[in-house]
Amino acid sequence: MKGPFKAVEVCKGIFWVGAIDWTLRDFHGYSTGRGSTYNAYLIVAEHVTLVDTVKAPFLPEMMSRISSVIDPEKIEYIITHHTEMDHSGALPELLKLIHPKKLISSTTAVDAMQRHFHWDTPVTTVKDGESMDLGGLSLTFLDTRMLHWPESMMSYCPERGVLFSQDGFGMHLASSERFDDELPIHLLRFEAAKYYANIVMPFSPIVKRLLERVQGLNLDIRIIAPDHGPIWRGCIGDIVSWYAEWSERRAILKAVVVYDTMWGSSALMARSVAEGLTSEGVSVKVMSLGANHRSDVMTEILDAGALIVGSPTINNNIFPTMVDLLVYMKGLKPAGLIGAAFGSFGWSGESVKQLEGLLKDMKVEIVSDSVNVKYVPDATDLDSCFALGVSVARKLHSLKS
Amino acid sequence: MKKYICNVCGYVYDPAEGDPSNNVAAGTPFDKLPAGWVCPVCGVGVDEFSPFV
Repeated sequence: MKGPFKAVEVCKGIFWVGAIDWTLRDFHGYSTGRGSTYNAYLIVAEHVTLVDTVKAPFLPEMMSRISSVIDPEKIEYIITHHTEMDHSGALPELLKLIHPKKLISSTTAVDAMQRHFHWDTPVTTVKDGESMDLGGLSLTFLDTRMLHWPESMMSYCPERGVLFSQDGFGMHLASSERFDDELPIHLLRFEAAKYYANIVMPFSPIVKRLLERVQGLNLDIRIIAPDHGPIWRGCIGDIVSWYAEWSERRAILKAVVVYDTMWGSSALMARSVAEGLTSEGVSVKVMSLGANHRSDVMTEILDAGALIVGSPTINNNIFPTMVDLLVYMKGLKPAGLIGAAFGSFGWSGESVKQLEGLLKDMKVEIVSDSVNVKYVPDATDLDSCFALGVSVARKLHSLKS
Repeated sequence: MKKYICNVCGYVYDPAEGDPSNNVAAGTPFDKLPAGWVCPVCGVGVDEFSPFV
């Protein structure tokens, strides 16, 4: 099983043995322009332990990396923190190649794995706070259910100060560098923010509780080893403070104007709304859905205070890309947004009311009357759009003060 | 009043607090939650809740 793929030592006795997916561009509807990694870790203690696996097609790459350190048959324990198939997908085939004594997971993961793999493999379950002696090193398990699946857990190796955080603190970023301090900090923040906005955001209350709990446990965390992206060792303070910031959704003076357009009317209105916001000192991102992916809009929403949406009416309905975005966004539960809607139409003009309905469904507080223009906006209509931007900006200022 | 825990995600419904995110007033007992109420964290229905001990 040896090959060109080598393990990377994370710290004494712990190795990264994951896979780099350079070509991944769509992670279940989240655009991953920089690819991703599936991180698995090998703990070489008296009882050799594999922490998580990789997406099924990458099993040979993981096996090659493991084989660069030890004979994979020496693995006694496999721990699966998270059943999602980018981390557990290789398990069924792996268990045909090697014969570990124990497969270890949370109680909830037993059912989740059964429903994925339809197997009769015995699983040893661990509870929150339980420790496991690996001989020289140990792991303590943390129940992190619903972060971000019901069966999710993390573990901590006290002897090395390593937190195996599964999807928490992760990002989709393929790189030859394995550690945070080998990459530019702005890139880490951007990709970690995109991951948070598109995966973790609905569970922000749980993130807040976890951060408080881990702080209370006084763990000496020197390394955070997530299941995607670089391993944290130089910038742990940064990523933890970013998670604190994002889980509270501390909005800045920023608005996102997102729209789609048929013949340019809604686009012109969007730019006029943006000018109104800018005139009041609010930072604006104008995002056409023809030019921006839904997951990039979410990244911008993460620290925005206002969301203004625009759509033409097409055959008595909203333009379909806007429905796509707003249904996706609703699931991610951005809290505390204010907003407004605008649009253009030819004869019936339903889109603006429908947009407002979708904003209300997401608990966005509508703070300005909408603007709905027949065919092409004239100077007066664009003044109304500018005024819409001004009134949303003023409301944002009043909330910040 | 009795608290209930979500079996899926661990959210605890405390009648003393209600569920402000879904406009459920403080003081609403679990069995008086409005029809269609779901867990504010993971979205499962009331049949996935157990008494919290």
